[in-house]
Amino acid sequence: MVEPSSEHIVSSYEDELKELARLISEMGGLVEQAVTNSVNGLVRMDDELARGVVKSDQEVDDMQRRIDDLAVSMIARRQPMASDLRQIISTIHVATDLERIGDMAKNIGRRTIEIGDRQMSAQLYSGLKHMSELALRQIDRALDVFNARDEIGAVEVCRRDDELDSLYMSLFREFLTYMMEDPRNISDCTHLLFCAKNLERAGDHATNIAEAAYYLKTGKSLVLESDSMGTVG
Amino acid sequence: MDTTSQEQTKKFEPPAATAAAAVETATQTGSKTRVSARDVNVHYGEKQALFDVSIDIPDRGVTAFIGPSGCGKSTFLRCLNRMNDTIEGCRVTGKILLDDVDIANPDLDVVELRARVGMVFQKPNPFPKSIYENVAYGPRIHGMTSSKDELDEIVYSSLRRAGLYEEVKDRLDQPGTGLSGGQQQRLCIARAIATKPEVLLMDEPCSALDPIATAIIEELIDELRENFTIVIVTHSMQQAARVSQKTAFFHLGKLIEEGPTEQIFTNPLDKKTQDYITGRIG
Repeated sequence: MVEPSSEHIVSSYEDELKELARLISEMGGLVEQAVTNSVNGLVRMDDELARGVVKSDQEVDDMQRRIDDLAVSMIARRQPMASDLRQIISTIHVATDLERIGDMAKNIGRRTIEIGDRQMSAQLYSGLKHMSELALRQIDRALDVFNARDEIGAVEVCRRDDELDSLYMSLFREFLTYMMEDPRNISDCTHLLFCAKNLERAGDHATNIAEAAYYLKTGKSLVLESDSMGTVG
Repeated sequence: MDTTSQEQTKKFEPPAATAAAAVETATQTGSKTRVSARDVNVHYGEKQALFDVSIDIPDRGVTAFIGPSGCGKSTFLRCLNRMNDTIEGCRVTGKILLDDVDIANPDLDVVELRARVGMVFQKPNPFPKSIYENVAYGPRIHGMTSSKDELDEIVYSSLRRAGLYEEVKDRLDQPGTGLSGGQQQRLCIARAIATKPEVLLMDEPCSALDPIATAIIEELIDELRENFTIVIVTHSMQQAARVSQKTAFFHLGKLIEEGPTEQIFTNPLDKKTQDYITGRIG
């Protein structure tokens, strides 16, 4: 668990490592914005916002490609070792997770367009809104601990994923009740249920990012005893 | 090997603590210790080149010594077959046990030791003799064979093991110096293993070779480790990472860190090791 103190003798190598960190921050910002916009689009039934999210996913995908290309080129040219190697490998992982979170936001955007202006119970939306806040906090925190190489913070992020899981489970039950009450709700409720699932999955990807932060700092995989059985669906 | 030198060779009993430490290391790495060094200090005249180096070198594996120029890795390697004896003003203290024999013992027969601990140098240095004679020289002076057939067998099998036989079998009587650099280095390896050493020391064996010749030598090292204990000094960290199972990092005459190669290159415990292998200190 050793951190490099000084800079590389080869300054262009140092520049590339910094560029890698900068790209991840930029990609993280894009993805967080996409999740925020997608949920806002959903609860406000804002078709324009939703379309914007779907469109902007291309930008996130391009970003991941840029990060991958730089990482592969660095491995080929620099033969990275120790913490540099771990930084490059974990950056690849984080970029993949961010890209997946971007997909989750895109899915929510698509479903928002599908639902159109059909109004659902405000209570369901507030549950989703709360979930999205929790998911965003997890993503934000995970990116922070990755950037700061904070292994203690990383463990905290992983532990907090349970909150998101239980929130999803309670929403799941709520949607079921709603569907049983009136079968006409089934179609829209299914859309919302999938949106909730997307947010829950986004939280899982935030956990992966925190695990990458833990590996980056310690060189070890983070193994936590989990008492939950995971989520359904 | 004559009888006088055999009589002169004194056996050294390891102290209990050292033996216990060796057993402990052996359990950790899963193989027994072949060479065990304790508190080795080397002075060149007034200047101290090595400070209290203690390390166990596992049997039948490749141990790599890495570190910047002047860090003492070659000096330590040369302690393992008493090559430092040839340098005037060089003083070595501490214990180095090859199996149970203290090789620092002044009464030890150095010629016999060097047959047990072979060496390959940075620059290929075949004798100005035929390919055959280069390999036959060692077994002949050590009286290892009683007939031409036996000697032939040792020469051919050593060349085969060094991966050179097929390339030179039709010109064994030609000068070894006429081979390419990579072939010359493999000839030197064949020469080193002809005396059936237990330990093979390699001091930057590939630094004068092109990448293909280097790859052939590395492949050879991988095969040889089944039968020999190999210690390699290399400036190429990638090479150390590729060929060794255990890596030791030296800096300013001190052994900073040693451990499984994978751990040293992915997650070193010492900051100096980290800074060196990532290219932050020279």
